Amino acid sequence: MSERKQRTPMVPFPSDAIIPERDLGTRPVLDARHLGVEFGGLKAVDDFNLIIGRTEIAGLIGPNGAGKTTIFNLITKVYSPTTGTILIDGKDTANMNTIQVNKAGIARTFQNIRLFGKMSVEDNVKIGLHNKMKYSMATGILRLPAYWKTEKLMHEKALELLSIFDMQDMAGAIAGSLPYGAQRRLEIVRALATGPKLLLLDEPAAGMNPAETSELMENILKIRDTFQIAVMLIEHDMHLVMGICEGIAVLNYGSIIAKGTPEQIQSNPAVIEAYLGKRKEGDA
Amino acid sequence: MKKKTSKEFINNAVTYLLVIAAFLIVNTMKEAGMLTRSLTGQLIPICAYIVMAISLNLVVGISGELSLGHAGFMSVGAFTGAVVTASMAAAIPDPTVRMIMAMIIGGIAAGIMGVIVGVPVLRLQGDYLAIVTLAFGEIIRNVINCLYVSMDEGRLFISFNDPSLPGKLLINGPQGALGISKISTFVMGFALIIFTLIVVLNLMNSRNGRAMMALRDNRIAAESVGIGVTKYKLMAFVTASVLAGMAGVLYAMNYSTITAGKFKFDTSILVLVFVVLGGIGNIRGSIIAAAILTILPELLRSFNDYRMLVYAIVLILVMLATNNEHLKQWGSAFKRRLFSRHKAMKGGAEE
Amino acid sequence: MSFLSNLINGISLGSVYAIIALGYTMVYGIAKMLNFAHGDVIMIGAYISFCVTQYMGLPAWVSVLAAMLVCTLLGITIESLAYKPLRNAPSLAVLITAIGMSYFLQNVALLIWGSNPKSFTSVIDADPIRLFDGQLIISDVALVTVAACILIMIGLTWFTGKTKMGRAMRAVSEDKGAAQLMGVNVNLTISVTFAIGSALAAIAGVLLCSAYPTLMPTTGSMPGIKAFTAAVFGGIGSIPGALLGGILLGIIEIFGKTYISTELGDAIVFAILILLLLVKPTGLLGKKVREKV
Repeated sequence: MSERKQRTPMVPFPSDAIIPERDLGTRPVLDARHLGVEFGGLKAVDDFNLIIGRTEIAGLIGPNGAGKTTIFNLITKVYSPTTGTILIDGKDTANMNTIQVNKAGIARTFQNIRLFGKMSVEDNVKIGLHNKMKYSMATGILRLPAYWKTEKLMHEKALELLSIFDMQDMAGAIAGSLPYGAQRRLEIVRALATGPKLLLLDEPAAGMNPAETSELMENILKIRDTFQIAVMLIEHDMHLVMGICEGIAVLNYGSIIAKGTPEQIQSNPAVIEAYLGKRKEGDA
Repeated sequence: MKKKTSKEFINNAVTYLLVIAAFLIVNTMKEAGMLTRSLTGQLIPICAYIVMAISLNLVVGISGELSLGHAGFMSVGAFTGAVVTASMAAAIPDPTVRMIMAMIIGGIAAGIMGVIVGVPVLRLQGDYLAIVTLAFGEIIRNVINCLYVSMDEGRLFISFNDPSLPGKLLINGPQGALGISKISTFVMGFALIIFTLIVVLNLMNSRNGRAMMALRDNRIAAESVGIGVTKYKLMAFVTASVLAGMAGVLYAMNYSTITAGKFKFDTSILVLVFVVLGGIGNIRGSIIAAAILTILPELLRSFNDYRMLVYAIVLILVMLATNNEHLKQWGSAFKRRLFSRHKAMKGGAEE
Repeated sequence: MSFLSNLINGISLGSVYAIIALGYTMVYGIAKMLNFAHGDVIMIGAYISFCVTQYMGLPAWVSVLAAMLVCTLLGITIESLAYKPLRNAPSLAVLITAIGMSYFLQNVALLIWGSNPKSFTSVIDADPIRLFDGQLIISDVALVTVAACILIMIGLTWFTGKTKMGRAMRAVSEDKGAAQLMGVNVNLTISVTFAIGSALAAIAGVLLCSAYPTLMPTTGSMPGIKAFTAAVFGGIGSIPGALLGGILLGIIEIFGKTYISTELGDAIVFAILILLLLVKPTGLLGKKVREKV
């Protein structure tokens, strides 16, 4: 399982990539192989294989309870997989914890927003910058010049990141008092502040109105283009998924039942039966 | 933001000024002989309890872990300090320097104990952590009760459960530390409070303090942005232990003898009560609560039989009142009216 | 032989801890709070029994019933006055209130009965059993204590498993909100839990003071803390866990005091608790709760 310690070849099994031709010749940012997890004998995820390219925007969709969030939890090591391997930028995560996974280049948001609600918006972003801009405990207590310099840089960087979503004016507000949509955006900014190579977004558009969603779509594209990172998102809003995802993987009962471009997914009979079929008269 | 920094600055400045003003007033009254004997005797313990409350607030309020064994670290400092001052009496005749030395060494000893306790224990959460810190406090007390330290011709002898040591006994098992030179002064107590405030307030408002608060508010989110539980919980816990050790030195050097019984579970609870009544996470509140609640039983001396009963009732009533939904709503409505202009401005920004 | 007699002493003391721990564990399981005043209810129970036998001259069994009655009422009163208003408050606020309640009970006892220790006369008056030509003596109190503990365990297991109120208790401890939606009277269930826990505390108080006859306002606090340790040891919230934890703790304490050091007996108990929690963070029989992300 942990035999493969060293760097893997570039895109070893293109068949596991959603769009094999994308980011060809570069090392994939995420390479999940035969991933599986059991909770009390119940297989929540079974033989999950997925490769994500360095600047790909990938969608993970599926009916409720299909195991989408569990995949995120496995990738970020909130849960440890029972079987399989996960490589982040070629590095095996078998012995990593959540913190090390983040340092290796993965940041995420949460389906049920997890902000530091009593702290200011700016502080939330600064916490994201925690490992990027450092000074020692003694420097902080003695207020040495490095403290003032780093704090100033952090402040500027935080405002710069907030300006992606045009939120720099809210920097002083208490995070918990923000409207729902703004809280979701702040969570993305906080995740971005950690300098990830792959951003995992868990239902980023949930609770947003159509105008906000369109804006979010533009912003996700902007983030990818500016920072040159990959984005993987879980979303029920098909307009968003079909609109910005280059590749889509469909999950049902913990396994991938289809993957491909939005067009391929929309015409895939298995997907229609498992997922889109039920949604036809609904919001899809 | 400029605005936020200045708000924080003003908040801290008020705390420092409060402490300095209180010190100047009380010290003047003391010099003028306006304080009763019993109240004068309480000044150094008050300083020690204030330091205890501030440091426990770092653990409970900022780091968000319930510790019921804070007095254990105080006792480690107290007994270390007693040995240090006695053994250095010849080498360092100046009491102030000796006291500073004792505080440094006592703080380090308590800090080491903090690491020993913290590393295994901080993996537990919530009520389990509370019971284990309680257990550790009791263990420390039990062990000190069996500890014998003596000095003979400049050499220290330490034994466990065996009082037959050469020379003069400095720590005599259950009888505690004997023959302490009473070198604590009110000015030193004040200096220690200021030192504690600098450490705790600056730590709180630094990146490490933010990490502690992030872990407190949402552990999973904090881990997702690469902030590890153990490092920052330990940082808060050990810093608080060091400060508690220093408070222990200050406290012990105010008496000629001191026993481990002084640092029982009750003392830990007392300090926790200061923190909770002063407001969890509110440093200034801790200072005020510690000062008032240490003096209160003294002032209630005339009702000697009833004072602890009154104390208990007040404690329960305050908890019921501060957590009453109706009162809370009323309070926040009052605040809203007070700051309505400020709120309206912020509401505008949110649109 | 001394090993056997120490073992019996340990089991006997452990049975008292187990009875107290049951009160802690049931309250924790249902109200999710550490009832620090539980140890002081023990003390009140012992004083009531003491008064009934000494001042009123009534037989011992009447005094036990009286103690149970008073403690039950006391438990219900404490819960409804001090804890019920805090049901949605942060757990620290509830803890501090419970600590306040503990101080309150101790100081009330101090005012009524004074600080001088009372010498408690055992409620059990039977001959000890002598085995192996009198080399091994099992005291009457030890026998009754162990028997009481077993009876209480059987009774509680039946109660929580078979009765409607017992099912309600398990439902509330699992999910208060869902239980309420299913028509369970949550307030009543919590009151009944406190009532049972406090009645058990009264029994424990009488048994404890029959074995260790010094009765003071602080008599309950250390056994209370140790019984709570026992509850955590066995896995808080679990009834068999409380029994197991209590008995083990009693044995460890007696053996530690006898074979290692009298002064360090308590330290050994606590050290073993810490070691256990580090290996098994939810106690021997505790369930692991997974946080949903």
